[in-house]
Amino acid sequence: MSLPIPLLSVNLITLFWIVAGLLAMFTALSVVVLSLTWLERKLLGRLQRRLGPTRTGPMGLMQPIADALKLILKEDIVPTSSEKAIFWIAPVLVVVPAFMIWVTIPGTGNLVLKNLGDLGLFYIIAFSVVGILGLVLAGWGSANKYGTLGGLRAAAQLISYEIPVIMVVIAVAMLAQSLNMVEIVEKQSSYPYVLVFPLGLVIFFIAGLAEVGRTPFDIYFAESEIVGGPFVEYSGAHWSVFFLAEYINTFAVAALTVLLFLGGWSGPFLTGNWEIIWFLAKVYAVILVIFWIRGTFPRLRIDQLMAFAWKVMVPLSFYAIVITAVYLFYGLPPWTLTLMSLAGLAVVGYAIYRRFAGPASQAAQVRARYLALQSRSGQ
Amino acid sequence: MTNIPTGVVARGEPMEMLLNMGPQHPSTHGVFRMVLWVDGEKVTDVEPHIGYLHRGSEKLCEGEQFHQVITLFDRMDYLANFNNELVYCAAVEKLMGLTVPERAEYVRVILCELNRIASHLLFVATMGLDAGAMTPSMICFRGRERVQSLFEAVSGARMMHNYFRIGGLKEDLPDNFEEMVGELMPLLQADIEEADKLLTFNEIFLARLKGVAAISVEDALDFGLTGPCLRACGVDYDLRKADPYSVYERFEFNVPTGLDGDCWDRHFVRVQEMYESMKILEQALKQMPKGNVTSSLGRRLPRPPKGEVYVRTENPRGEIGVYLVCDGTDKPYRLKVRPPSFCNLSAIKHLLKDTWIADTVVVLGSLDIVLGEVDR
Repeated sequence: MSLPIPLLSVNLITLFWIVAGLLAMFTALSVVVLSLTWLERKLLGRLQRRLGPTRTGPMGLMQPIADALKLILKEDIVPTSSEKAIFWIAPVLVVVPAFMIWVTIPGTGNLVLKNLGDLGLFYIIAFSVVGILGLVLAGWGSANKYGTLGGLRAAAQLISYEIPVIMVVIAVAMLAQSLNMVEIVEKQSSYPYVLVFPLGLVIFFIAGLAEVGRTPFDIYFAESEIVGGPFVEYSGAHWSVFFLAEYINTFAVAALTVLLFLGGWSGPFLTGNWEIIWFLAKVYAVILVIFWIRGTFPRLRIDQLMAFAWKVMVPLSFYAIVITAVYLFYGLPPWTLTLMSLAGLAVVGYAIYRRFAGPASQAAQVRARYLALQSRSGQ
Repeated sequence: MTNIPTGVVARGEPMEMLLNMGPQHPSTHGVFRMVLWVDGEKVTDVEPHIGYLHRGSEKLCEGEQFHQVITLFDRMDYLANFNNELVYCAAVEKLMGLTVPERAEYVRVILCELNRIASHLLFVATMGLDAGAMTPSMICFRGRERVQSLFEAVSGARMMHNYFRIGGLKEDLPDNFEEMVGELMPLLQADIEEADKLLTFNEIFLARLKGVAAISVEDALDFGLTGPCLRACGVDYDLRKADPYSVYERFEFNVPTGLDGDCWDRHFVRVQEMYESMKILEQALKQMPKGNVTSSLGRRLPRPPKGEVYVRTENPRGEIGVYLVCDGTDKPYRLKVRPPSFCNLSAIKHLLKDTWIADTVVVLGSLDIVLGEVDR
């Protein structure tokens, strides 16, 4: 029994499962977002020697629900000078790609909504770029100069950091000889790729942070300068949709880091679909690192951010491709790739330390000068 | 298209956008307003607007009796209340020729230095926030909260203390003050060190602040910068040393200076000043004598003789001066304040030339203005 739609020649039962699967994914991701907001508040609180939320429920566990309710019940203000259609469509353009990515991200070998096979990684990368459009439109449509600035910053930043992400993903695909997410993970069953390709992990993680605009790359909604960037005019449910997308994207970056470099769901003791516990544990560990960075670092400036992308990340990602190609072409043993990766990291690390934008060497210089000054004035 | 964002104006080449920052902006430290002309992300020109917090304090002072003016001074630089009370009280005392009891002087110094630390802690907190780091602000606010709790125990209020009196203090310190300070000092030292270690030499923080909006010594002197903003240029000028008032000449402390006069140096100088203030506190607590805290004036209303006087002291933000004219009545004839924030702020147009939009908040933060004092 098939539906009378020629393009979608699926039978009703398949359709039912697709709808059920999408609903399950939506629910699961919403729960994940709620857990992430709680986790972020708690962890940041502990990093700052606060308690974080405590009043709503045990350990403040109901806080995200209270927040969500508050946001939904708030008045949704649409500025009179805004471009209404764009203003309304922008959050959708941001949140839909964020969800769409998850269609093909596997939790375990079987637990995936729709394994797109060799299209998997390509599909993820393609959809992760679409969100930029929503951010630019949100900034432009709200007819606010801070929003416009934020939207343009978002475009510049996300497109710049998309290049290293894509390059590293290509390198991983070369290693696994597949674009299929499940196959990539299964190739890592003996050892995760982080052991042979640490350079890739570093590039992917840093560029991923920039892709989702987490500290220290939260330039496009920098709340101290452009007070929220593209989201500045949004309130209530609209704003919460952006918020949802941001956390789902953060989760997606962590999940991709785990799938591409940390061996996905492979781990001892667990078999079958229970392996999702390993997957989630690893993803949440990566998320904790992201939150930890947020609690520690200030924000870069836009020119420093772009310089970092084009002078460091892009060349480094090209190097990553070259060493992977060399490794595969000559059939070298895996440890050579590790060595080449580490060499690349060391060279770039040294270059950064020596010269690039000078922060590290500047820190050393400044510290030395001031120590000298202090010892002089102390005498 | 219904509405193109307004304010796209061409002032010659290239096309510039007019960006209004403030008075409702989270990073303008109150109700300061800057109109920026930006070319992309570059600031080409800036026009500062002040006056949103103008309450006519100087005029109000003329309608109050001398001891009532103290409350108005609390509300000028609301982050350094004790320091402000001190300069006004010192001005009236100088005009009347009153000698303040030694214990009262020591208490004043202790409270002023604690207030300096609290104010600088707030500076470090906001500097971190302006640069995008959130954790230092929590650490600093915790330290400031500790100081304020002590102030509350001493004066009954966390801010707006109204504790200094002309010729002395409202009352003596609480009995367990030494205990409380003894508990506070190591905690405060730890807080300062923690924030310092987390922020000052952080590489992103250095990249954001070092070399941004540097000002030369000549320019700084021309603009009348004082306090940490001037010392960041390397000028060793601190009124506690250069023109000692109260009992400051009895203490050993350094005057920290910067080298380049940029935003980072202004931050660094303030952090170092907190350590120096801790040194002053330790010495003052050791030396503090017992005794009376009110002068021979007692509880009578002060009525200075006809004349005029100018007194200046070192506020956390710089040199605050009070010019007081008396006509022999129980109210000031004219009272003019030279506020450090206002003079420091005057350099903002010069400092913001050819910076980035992201730098504007950092530069403004590094000047550490208090709008209550700028507008009065």
